[in-house]
Amino acid sequence: VFAALALTALVAGCGAPGDDGDDSASQATPAATTDAKPDISKLGNVTLTIWDQEVRGGQKAQIEELSKQFEAKYPNVKVERISKSFEDTVKTVKLGASDPNAPDIVPANQGRPIMGELVKAKLLRPLDDYAKVYGWADRYSPTLLDLNRFSEDGKEFGSGQLYGLSQMGEIVGVYYNKEKVPTPPTTLAEFEASLEEAKAAGETPIQFGNLEKWPGIHNYETVLGQFADKQAVRDFVFAKDGANFDTPEFQEAAAKIQEWVDKGYFNKNFNGTDYDPAWQSFAKGGSRYLIAGTWLTADLAKEMGDNVGFMLMPGDDPNAPVSLGGESLPYSITSSSKNPDVAAAYIDFLTDANAAKVLVDTDNLPAMLGAPAPASGVSVEVAQAWEKLNQSDGLIPYLDYATPTAGDDIGGAIQEMLAKKSDPQEFTAGVQEKFSEWAESR
Amino acid sequence: VTATAPATSPVAAAARGVAGAGGAPERPPGEPRLVGYLYVLPAFAVFACFVLYPLGKAGWISLWNWDGLTVATWAGFSNYTDVFTDEELRSAFMHALVLLVFYAVFPLLIGLLLAGVMARARIRGLAFFRTILFLPQVIALVVVAVMWKMIYDPDNGALNRMLGWFGIEGKSWLGDFSLALPSIGFVGTWLYFGLAMVLLTAGVQKIPSSLYDAARVDGAGPVREFLAVTLPGLRGEIAVSLTLTTIYALRNFDLVYITTHGGPGDATSVPAFQVFSRAFESGQVGSAAAIGITLTVVIFLISLGINRLAERGT
Repeated sequence: VFAALALTALVAGCGAPGDDGDDSASQATPAATTDAKPDISKLGNVTLTIWDQEVRGGQKAQIEELSKQFEAKYPNVKVERISKSFEDTVKTVKLGASDPNAPDIVPANQGRPIMGELVKAKLLRPLDDYAKVYGWADRYSPTLLDLNRFSEDGKEFGSGQLYGLSQMGEIVGVYYNKEKVPTPPTTLAEFEASLEEAKAAGETPIQFGNLEKWPGIHNYETVLGQFADKQAVRDFVFAKDGANFDTPEFQEAAAKIQEWVDKGYFNKNFNGTDYDPAWQSFAKGGSRYLIAGTWLTADLAKEMGDNVGFMLMPGDDPNAPVSLGGESLPYSITSSSKNPDVAAAYIDFLTDANAAKVLVDTDNLPAMLGAPAPASGVSVEVAQAWEKLNQSDGLIPYLDYATPTAGDDIGGAIQEMLAKKSDPQEFTAGVQEKFSEWAESR
Repeated sequence: VTATAPATSPVAAAARGVAGAGGAPERPPGEPRLVGYLYVLPAFAVFACFVLYPLGKAGWISLWNWDGLTVATWAGFSNYTDVFTDEELRSAFMHALVLLVFYAVFPLLIGLLLAGVMARARIRGLAFFRTILFLPQVIALVVVAVMWKMIYDPDNGALNRMLGWFGIEGKSWLGDFSLALPSIGFVGTWLYFGLAMVLLTAGVQKIPSSLYDAARVDGAGPVREFLAVTLPGLRGEIAVSLTLTTIYALRNFDLVYITTHGGPGDATSVPAFQVFSRAFESGQVGSAAAIGITLTVVIFLISLGINRLAERGT
């Protein structure tokens, strides 16, 4: 121990952690801005290293196909993909991007926990110059582009420079078993009546697996969208002035979902059930409904065929739906990438009209405007819901974008609230307290 | 475990002769010679490189507020005061102490019971049973955790199905706020009682049977025999077993990470999990380092205490 203390004193000579001198200075300014489409085929042999999280069925199929096409188009480019699950990605992406030999492209998840931290550390290259050259602004709705924007100092989320592009739109909605639910409910009251009916018939109304903590955020926020004003949720996530979680509407949503727990509308042991077994159980006919994101569309379609349907969580007004959603993890270029031009061309290739078609063919939901409509299956309903949601501007962003620790804070608080360890008032007050602590310290 | 005294070996005696010829002053007996440090140097260099330097660096980082990416700001000892004042961290350390009972005390008690039985009766096929009971030790901890997560699954898990055969309604073992921590603790007991048993039964075989004969002649029953002969004879093994399992209990991370992520809520959060979550998820590297250092000190003190107690008796 004494030796360790002595050593501490010795190490003390090397200054503040993170202050390595040279690289932070060179990263302060991004590489020279691009003003014309670079010709990738003339750049010689290039190996592009990409981290992605496309490990689920349909997502894996599309990126493998598009990478193959990209390599065929530019024989001098070799695409080297390193795929990790979402959970592993969010834990390693900050370390990966801070490596001097960082991959060229990383999935810097939207929001303050990942993208915000990376922007603050100047580890991502702003993409506005490429956006202009390739016309990316015409490809997406402003709402979706804004989710990938941060101010240069990483303080403002949802505005400023563009730091990545996403391929897929995401909606967290309600999948239903068409055999058990022939006509889907259109209002919240009808939905609850259907839950009650299922319960009375001895079925499991909603299958839910919340062992991992984060699925609870999706279930709560899906209900929250039907109670709170969508602007109030957005203001909280983007940390706008007056952002407040501790309001009667947020409490009402918590009370509603607690009521569902009380009435047995979820499988009994949801806090001890895994996410994947939960949707697999739904796929095998274990419940009427499943509240989940569109990243499961391809897997569910494969298991259930035409028997699975998708709808937005119904609210009071069927013509003004509000739903949790956004877009998939963005592809961002690291500041230390030696081939930003090639990386940008690859990102462009992953999000152009051809890519939109590949995405539809692999049961994914393209985030791009004017994507072709899918021909059949549950993807049709997903695409229609996406269209409707965009028209009514009903997307609300994920709560876990809000602060660097929001995922764990809010996820854990929701587990407690669902287990009746806290009442709705304690729940919203607790989340707001953690949020204020962060807001004051930033 | 004691090393043999080097002075008695012929090599050391020869070395002393050489040193004596060099005109070195006569040392009092038992005083180490300076050249001894030279022999330790290669091992020390490796130790310093891979243990002391990282430890020192962790100690240094723990004095800063650092998100792992940008330049840190000086924090002084505030990360350490947080360890004691932050409710989340305090409860993490409390959970570790609960796990200590499951990881160290229960395996020891089970091991002692088995060793006591084996001391009285020589069991046929002992090696076979010992191998079976020791098996959990050999499996990678990740595999153990994934396996138990499946066993504990509330709907399709083996445990609830088995309870169902007897008409007992299963529980949500990992999802219930009061059951999650003991459930994880039970895995630890299952994992480490084999280790304790192997250590202790080996120790029992070392106790001369004449002591047992003497005890029986004096009319000691099984309990008396255990307390008077077996237990004192196993003091060293008990210390080793407790030290090892205590370290496993306090640095427990893999099981919690894979089965519950510290949930539900914070019900199974332990210090090592907080270190990971703060360092790699929420960008509080300084705080993570402070927890790590505190945990090191706690483990060091507890192991020291166990070994002091064991030595005092001999």
